[in-house]
Amino acid sequence: MSGELDIVPGITTRREEATGVLQKLVSRGLGWARKNSLWQYPFVTACCGIEYMSVMSARYDFARFGAEIPRFTPRQADMLLVVGTINIKQAPILKRIYDQMADPKWVIAYGVCASSGGFYDNYATLQGIDRIIPVDIYIPGCPPRPEQVLDGLMLLQKKIENQNHKLIDRQPAPVEPGRP
Amino acid sequence: MQSNDRQMPASDLDAPMPSKRMVLNMGPSHPAMHGVTRAVVELDGESIVQMKLDIGFLHRGFEKSCESVTWNQCFPYTDRLNYVSAIMNNVGFALAVEKLCQLEIPERASWLRVIGSEVHRICDHLTLIGAMGMELGAMTVFLYAIEARDLLWDRLTELCGARLTSSYCRIGGVARDMPEGWDQKVIQSLDRVAELREEINGLLARNRIFMDRTQGTGVVTREQALEFGFAGPCLRASGEPWDLRKASPYLVYDRLDFDIPVGANGDNFDRYMMRIEELRQSDRILRQCFQKIGPGEIIASDPRYVLPPKPEVYGTIEGVMHHFKIVMEGIKVPAGEAYSYTEAANGELGFYVVSDGGGRPYKLGLRAPGWPMTASLPHIMKGKLLADLIPTFDSINMIGGEVEQ
Amino acid sequence: MSKAVIAALLERFPDAVYQPYVGVGGDACAFVQKDRIADVCRFLRDDPAMDFKMAPYVTAVDYLGANPRFEVVYNLVSTSKNHRVRLRVKVPEAELSVPSITPIWRGADWFERYCLDMYGIQFPGHPDPRRLLMYDEFVGHPLRKDYPLKGRQPIIPEREIDDLFRGPGPAGRS
Repeated sequence: MSGELDIVPGITTRREEATGVLQKLVSRGLGWARKNSLWQYPFVTACCGIEYMSVMSARYDFARFGAEIPRFTPRQADMLLVVGTINIKQAPILKRIYDQMADPKWVIAYGVCASSGGFYDNYATLQGIDRIIPVDIYIPGCPPRPEQVLDGLMLLQKKIENQNHKLIDRQPAPVEPGRP
Repeated sequence: MQSNDRQMPASDLDAPMPSKRMVLNMGPSHPAMHGVTRAVVELDGESIVQMKLDIGFLHRGFEKSCESVTWNQCFPYTDRLNYVSAIMNNVGFALAVEKLCQLEIPERASWLRVIGSEVHRICDHLTLIGAMGMELGAMTVFLYAIEARDLLWDRLTELCGARLTSSYCRIGGVARDMPEGWDQKVIQSLDRVAELREEINGLLARNRIFMDRTQGTGVVTREQALEFGFAGPCLRASGEPWDLRKASPYLVYDRLDFDIPVGANGDNFDRYMMRIEELRQSDRILRQCFQKIGPGEIIASDPRYVLPPKPEVYGTIEGVMHHFKIVMEGIKVPAGEAYSYTEAANGELGFYVVSDGGGRPYKLGLRAPGWPMTASLPHIMKGKLLADLIPTFDSINMIGGEVEQ
Repeated sequence: MSKAVIAALLERFPDAVYQPYVGVGGDACAFVQKDRIADVCRFLRDDPAMDFKMAPYVTAVDYLGANPRFEVVYNLVSTSKNHRVRLRVKVPEAELSVPSITPIWRGADWFERYCLDMYGIQFPGHPDPRRLLMYDEFVGHPLRKDYPLKGRQPIIPEREIDDLFRGPGPAGRS
């Protein structure tokens, strides 16, 4: 999964990869800061939500990874935890919440229903949220055991620390045609 | 103001300010809307003038999915209806199909089903109390309730393999027997759960903030509750002593000794106290079950409906044939229809089963216990404060999975 | 005790209630004419010997191929007298409407909206007849037998995923 991000070539020729020492340090620092303070938006719908309550509580503590407080507003959150089944009626709302979140943002598909629709292959269920939003980590399980969820979170942290973080991002955000 | 001011013409400063009603959308993704419901409230200041409740954001096509799989394959779908107390849904569905098949289940299977149901009933009530505490600001109560629930879920993992969605029952009995020494472990867990329960009750029941927010709010009178179709703890909180475990006992409830708490006022505080009392009664039921359960088979031995034991499947031709037929085509439930009802944690859970004689259900109708309570919310909340909506939504125990099927 | 209910119904509504039978497990059931169901329910609620004060569970069944095609089933329970009765109303596809019992019990509101949403059965007299679970842009009635199981109607554009596992399943069911 994060295999290709681990390999750092010895000699780089492309300009983006040949970042200097200072940029690499900044990227490492920002990566460390961002992975240890993930503010989550738990988009809870169904049975995985009950397991999520257990993950957040004292025994399987989600907070020790820095993902302490659920921020129930997309403007302040940077990790979207889609917990539970998303059906076609709920899909526009999920897309809207995802669009309202500010970069950098990551998405975890918690549970089989969010990853692929689960065993609800019928007229009402969205077959996986990756049909409408990009997903970083998929946590399978129906519902996944809390240990699995913590493993998924640690995987996301590994992914974040290996990404390229910049202090000022000069790339314009992609604009979808027709959206204001 | 002095009295001679009243003879003067009223100035604009004294005129009543026209207020515009505000329409507030408590949207589908909201921490206090259990599951996903959209409550559109029209507010005049802080009071709700009118409320519209939109559901359907978790409709997963339970009935249609069950029509396309075999009878035994419906159990995972029934698990995910009321996902906090999954075994009770399994038991309800199994009883409906067994009523239609006219199949008798062994006694030990009945005891195991009752044990599983009561453990999950305790989990359901703990979840409700924890969520109610958390949404009114008492975060500690939530953590204690979840700790108690986790202990019981550990026991359930030992019994059926899953914490939450158990698929424990089969048509004709249950899937697995209790492990060795499991009853002692459960009694130990129940002792710890009882300690936590008393601590939670001590934190909430005489708490001035909790009492102010829940007493007198969300009042539902006995006639209203019946008219709306309430059942379970919410109906009993309004004063109607109706419990299916006493009125039409099923499984082995007629051999157990327990009380039915009945409330007086029908407000949120009564519904909360109802859950605490039922926790005590379920504890009592479980301890009696462990004393009274006897050895025996855990599943019926009728080869038309139940998979034969593995040595027969591998050893005899009839065993292989029955196994093949049951797995590939499903059990052949005789044609007809039946309605069976059990007392789930939230009320009367009813399954209306129609069979056409084949291996798949023709129709599987569900009477979700939370459905009438959720439907009545706009009527109960008319004219009340917006802040009363939160404890009412909590105490009604709307579980998204069953209300939106 | 429930048989007394059916006997009283037959006596009071001889033209509306027909074909009583005892269902599997001892349930007392009867068929009721479509246009008279509201009167029958009102009698069942108001008569002191019947006393069906609790709102019933209403559901519908689609018997594709039979005529009349649909059937609306009312499962009533009385908490004070502890008896139950099941009433079945046959509804032909040509006249897909049953008088609403929401004026009698407000709790039947959402059950009837569910039947409307999933089967298309109209309930004249219902205070708020609109879809309950499906979204407004949805066309059709999902629980009818001729509606495909996987008939998805997305409302926002979805990305197509080339999934190897989305073919016909092992038993040939697609």
